[in-house]
Amino acid sequence: MVQLTAKPSRSEAARRRPVRSGRSRSNQRQMWLLLLPSLVPVVVFSVYPLLNGIWLGFTDAKAGYNVQFRFNGLDNYTKLLQDDLFWNSFKIGLIWAFSVTALQFLLALGLAMLLSAGLRFQWLVRPLALVPWAMPSVIVAILWKLVYNPDAGILNAALKSLHVISTDINWLGDFELALPAVIVVGVWAGMPQTTIALLAGLQNTPDELHEAAKLDGANAWQRFLAVTWPAIRPVAIAISSLDFVWNFNSFGLVYVLTEGGPGGRTLLPMLFAYQRAFGNGEFGYASALGNAMVIVIMLIMGLYLRRQLREAI
Amino acid sequence: MRTSPATRTAQYAAMLLYVVFLGFPLLWLVSTAFKSAPELSRLNPTLLPTDWTIGNFQAAFQQSQLLSALRNSLVVAVATAVITTVIALPAAYALSRYKSVVRNVGIGWILVSQVFPFILIVIPVFIVLRNLGLLDTLVGLVLVYVVWALPFTLWMLQGYVAAIPRDLEEAAATDGASKPVVLRRIIFPLLVPGLVATSMFAFISAWNEFFFALVIIQDPALQTAPLLLARYVGAEGSVNLGPLAATALITTLPSLIVFGIIQRKLVSGMLSGSVKG
Repeated sequence: MVQLTAKPSRSEAARRRPVRSGRSRSNQRQMWLLLLPSLVPVVVFSVYPLLNGIWLGFTDAKAGYNVQFRFNGLDNYTKLLQDDLFWNSFKIGLIWAFSVTALQFLLALGLAMLLSAGLRFQWLVRPLALVPWAMPSVIVAILWKLVYNPDAGILNAALKSLHVISTDINWLGDFELALPAVIVVGVWAGMPQTTIALLAGLQNTPDELHEAAKLDGANAWQRFLAVTWPAIRPVAIAISSLDFVWNFNSFGLVYVLTEGGPGGRTLLPMLFAYQRAFGNGEFGYASALGNAMVIVIMLIMGLYLRRQLREAI
Repeated sequence: MRTSPATRTAQYAAMLLYVVFLGFPLLWLVSTAFKSAPELSRLNPTLLPTDWTIGNFQAAFQQSQLLSALRNSLVVAVATAVITTVIALPAAYALSRYKSVVRNVGIGWILVSQVFPFILIVIPVFIVLRNLGLLDTLVGLVLVYVVWALPFTLWMLQGYVAAIPRDLEEAAATDGASKPVVLRRIIFPLLVPGLVATSMFAFISAWNEFFFALVIIQDPALQTAPLLLARYVGAEGSVNLGPLAATALITTLPSLIVFGIIQRKLVSGMLSGSVKG
């Protein structure tokens, strides 16, 4: 039956523009058929888990088979607010995410401008700027563990030969230095995406405007503010927002570098939530932590984007 | 545009600093991988090995788990690449050709999936896989990776579809070709380069992934290379640094090579959204 009714409408379509509604209905069916193979796995392994995860944050769910759990309202969140480890990990998470994002942005902007300045040796710098993107985060972490290694690492050796330090420093084991050391790794690992996005933005900068501003006697900084920045601004806002979200949700890098140590000094929110979920089996509490992370991200993104948009108008 | 010599010098100096920051950790990994055990335990390490040795690589491969971990990673990454591409192709076509609410919802979902922390997703995924009996299996891991790689794959592929002129399809349809024939004979061949690039992207993302593997895989015989390495790190003493670096290098090579091939496409795929938007 479907065949019979579908056929004439198609041959009709070939002869002249068909009636809109009939065409769009068969289009709709085709579209859903094409979407179906992706839709099913996305719903089962992405949409459903996400909604379920949000809900679990309001229950006392535990790991383990056939464990009964029930809705417990805001219990998890009152517990959360009294949990020192929660405040600690979110404070560290925010320091980490802000520092990494800001440093990433400034360094990537500098690199992108150098790469578009028509210098020589680009063949060397360009691949170097991309490589961290292709590396597994576990390997990036191992790489830097080797660099930071107290006895055999190149960093201590270099600083000693330059007479900056006299005794070896245990970078990742020191209470004060661990977080900054880890932040440097975060910056290194996230440089490529940011650099490429900003490079693309720079390619949109009109050259004539630069020339004109120069003829008018504008110095480099004035030209940057008047010509370059307006052109890259949308890209800059987009990539710094994404970077912030990625960084706040980061896990693998720090897990391998320090496992949150020493003494919880690098315990990012995701590491804390992971420990709670798969160390202690507190699925409900860990999901509540996840919800708290979403709220923090939305608050910060909301404030940031609102301010940026207001400035743009 | 003319640039003063002083500015040029400053620019090259800045570039040198970037090369040091970006390049030295990589150089150090390579150097450590090729140093001998006695040299690694020496007090004042040198930047390059005084005599290069492949002993660390031999030691890495003698360790029975490395080969099985690399094989697991390969199986998972290839399966993810193939399945993701096959299911993303029709969906990308639909998203780019049928302008509708679905398109906006799809793009909205791609963005939302970036914002939510994995912890919210991983616990229910863990429960779903356990109920399906797929916990601690490579099949379960592949299923998760496919969904995880889909957003960016769809994003890239729909860009490639949008680049194919509609006139081509309409001309063929006017000549009496049915929709499946149009898709197979006209659209598909034009998409092959895009499909290669996106499947390679899916390969890299699966090869590199760590968090889901950490949660889903417990059996040491099933662990992927990143899992093996993460466990290896715990057991590190300076004696093991060489083989550790060698293993890390071996594990990075496949994704670096694939990345080198698709680098240009990946970059333009990522930018197709941000530049036009």
